This record gives sequence, C-alpha cells and structure tokens, in this order.
Amino acid sequence: MAENRYELNKQLAQMLKGGVIMDVTTPEQARIAEEAGACAVMALERIPADIRAAGGVSRMSDPKMIKGIQDAVSIPVMAKCRIGHFVEAQILEAIEIDYIDESEVLSPADDIYHIDKRQFQVPFVCGAKDLGEALRRVSEGASMIRTKGEPGTGDVVQAVRHMRKMNSEIAKVVSMRTDELYEEAKLLAVPYELISYVHETGRLPVVNFAAGGIATPADAALMMQLGAEGVFVGSGIFKSGNPKKRAAAIVQAVTNYLDSKLIARLSEDLGEAMVGINEQEIELLMAERGK
Amino acid sequence: MKIAVLAVQGAFAEHINKLESMGVSCMELRNATDLEKDFDGLVLPGGESTVQGKLLRELHMLEPLRDRIRQGMPVLGTCAGLILLAQEIRNEDRIYLGTLSVCVQRNAYGRQLGSFHTEQEVKGIGKIPMTFIRAPYIESVLPAQGEKPGTEVLAQVDGRIVAVRHGRQIGIAFHPELDADNRIHGMFLESISTAWADA
Repeated sequence: MAENRYELNKQLAQMLKGGVIMDVTTPEQARIAEEAGACAVMALERIPADIRAAGGVSRMSDPKMIKGIQDAVSIPVMAKCRIGHFVEAQILEAIEIDYIDESEVLSPADDIYHIDKRQFQVPFVCGAKDLGEALRRVSEGASMIRTKGEPGTGDVVQAVRHMRKMNSEIAKVVSMRTDELYEEAKLLAVPYELISYVHETGRLPVVNFAAGGIATPADAALMMQLGAEGVFVGSGIFKSGNPKKRAAAIVQAVTNYLDSKLIARLSEDLGEAMVGINEQEIELLMAERGK
Repeated sequence: MKIAVLAVQGAFAEHINKLESMGVSCMELRNATDLEKDFDGLVLPGGESTVQGKLLRELHMLEPLRDRIRQGMPVLGTCAGLILLAQEIRNEDRIYLGTLSVCVQRNAYGRQLGSFHTEQEVKGIGKIPMTFIRAPYIESVLPAQGEKPGTEVLAQVDGRIVAVRHGRQIGIAFHPELDADNRIHGMFLESISTAWADA
C-alpha cells in the first residue's frame, strides 16, 4: 500500500472522531442509524448478540446485503471479515467498502496470522485488548484501532478493562528512558519505531475507538471520559426497546460526554436496554481471538 | 483574537492544534451555552455533515450560528463544514446553515477508494497541498443576490471548484487542517483582522 494511501486511510478515521459507529443488519436499520446521527455504519448479517446466541461458524456477510446498505446511506459503510481471511477482505475491497473490520466477532479463519493489511487500498480497523495488540495490528497496516471489549454482551466491563490497560501501558512507555524502549518493544513484540512513536507522542499512531458491550449513553460517555476518541455500538441499539431514541441519545452523549446534566436527561425513558450477559456467564470469549 | 471551533463531531482537534501552533487561542463549541462566550471567528471542521448538522439542531446551535454568520462573523468551513455552509446540497432537500451561495455535491469523489492527495494553486496564496477525504466539491456558484458581493472561486482541481470565498465566509472542500501548510488558516486569520478593522 502506498504511503499516501495509508495516510488517507488514517485521516478518514480522524473524520469519524467524536462519533458513533452503529451495527446494522438491513438498509432500514442503516437509515435509522444515519437519521439518529451515526457517523458510519457497520453492515453485518447478524449483530454480535445473535451470533453469540446462534453459535456455529460466523463469516463475512453477503456482499449483496452490504451493497444494499451502501445504497441506503450517505455515511461511510464498514463491514467485517474474519481474522486472517484475506480473501473475504479482497471481496470487501472489490465492493468498495469504506472500512474493513478484521474482527474477532466472526470465527477466525487463521489462528496464527492476521491479514497483511498493507496489501490493501481500503482501510482496516482492528480490535485490541492492550498496547501490544494495538501496535501489532498497526504494524500490519491497520489505520484505526478499537478496544475489543466483549461483543454482544451489553456488558461494558471488558471495554473498560482494555481501554484502561492501553492507557496505563501508554503512560508507562511515555515515562521510560529512551534506552529502555528497545526492551519494551521486545516484550510487547512490536517494532521499535512504533514504541518510539508512543513514547514521543503519548498516544497510538492511529485513532482509537471503544467497542464491545456499550449499551447506554452512560456507557458511551464512560468510554469517552476514559480516553476513547469515539464509540462503536453493536448489539446495544437494535437489541433495545427503542433503537431510534437510544441511538440518538448515545450520539449526543458522545459529543457532550462531560455534561452530566445532559446525559441524565438523555438517559430518561429510553425503554428496555438490551438484556446483558455478565462476564461470568459468557461461554465464548471473543476477545481471546487473534492476539 | 479568539477562534471558536465547532466540536460536536469530527476533526476539530486538528484545527485547534494548527491554530494554536500559529499562536491563536481557541475554544470548543459543544453546546448552546458555549455560544454565549466571546469569539472573533468560527471554524466548521471536517467530519460527517449529517451528524454535525443534526447535533447543531438538537443542541440549539443552528439558528444562533446562522445569525452570527449573517451578521458578519468570519467563518472557515472545511469539507463537512463547507456542506453545513452551503445554500444548496445536490440531491438532498435538507440544508443546514445555508449562508454560502454555492451548490455542493456530497461524496463527490465516491467512497474512500476515491480519496486523494494533490497540490494545486489557491488564488492569492500559491500552490498548497490538498487532502480530499470522501470529499464534496462545489458544483456551482449561485448568482449574487441584490447588493451582496458574489462568491469568488479560489481554487479548482480538475475543473471542479474546491475553494470559494463569499464575503467573510471561506468554504474549502479539502482538509487544510491535515497538512503541514498553514496558508489557508493564515488567509482566514487575515480575513478576521480585516473584518474587525472594518467594523
């Protein structure tokens, strides 16, 4: 991938900052999401909660279904491929998707290698639980990172854990002497140049969103206050009682994440939130896929 | 001098960083109470225009900002910001501030694969780097109304209008906040100095 293309791809992620990316399964849902203020939509056949419930192998969505969503909205459309499944990624590039999510939500196609994302013109976003994972994905060519969280659970605890872990590891790298960075690069199994970048700037080289288990305006504001630059909401919207209202409330909560009076108002009368699954009840830990 | 940067969604931090590096102090506009503070110029950043426009309405900022711009508040709109300013948006019924006499086409270069970087002349400042991200272009400049000055074309890329000035409003289809060149922001700051010297 040309250097210039990678810059443009990182810059698209910069434009999404302060926004909410919503999972949608139909053109109708995509329109609701756009109307509610989504800055992008993630087109997929089944939202994570249903993937979790259905079990079995979960794959890239039907390109026809994705194209239907591309035609329905004017905002960027993202779609997921399986970890390591570069042919699914090639297909998504062929239909001119705006962003590919190489996602642990789907069944991994490769238990060792991630996709060499530098071979693609379209941008990739990848999940990460900690700084090492995030920088390994960036090294492979990801132009945006999100926390893994635990998708489809409606439980924010793991997104919080991943964001805090990343932040504390970044703070540690920043505070290191420069001669300690080589060893840190070795320990995290990432290129020295990326560790050096984090040391200099105190941040990831790409935009970092929160994802996995975010279900309420308060959850979204929590992740923003913890340093996320925007939020993915998957099952949390269309598994809830009033998707339209909840989606719009989460969008406003992300913009004014410090305004507790506003968030209090936004949290009123949202109807039923998605039924969550607690961490201890989870049978399948998606966050453990792809390291 | 204080510049207010609309900070409801998008790449507002990039504008603030650039302006602060040029020695200008900035403030964020996130809700209607922020509009009560004093500022001398306004920046509308890149991002998603549908999201920003919706939030402007819901947060009761659309009307007050439109009034300020009509009263002569200098404004720089980039990408989504240009769309917010436009008086017409091709194939859409909805407009937002509607203060800039142009018709824009959203996502005019297609999806992300159509995003590109180039260099081109801008009237009065010379050749500058231009980064287009799922960018709009200005399809046409609308005729001047009454005694108001018309819209001046500042730059074109491949025959498409990508930068205009209309009185104290500057509309740009690309992202000067993403490149190292400061001249677009310099032009904007100059227009503020002139504006307040006239007043």
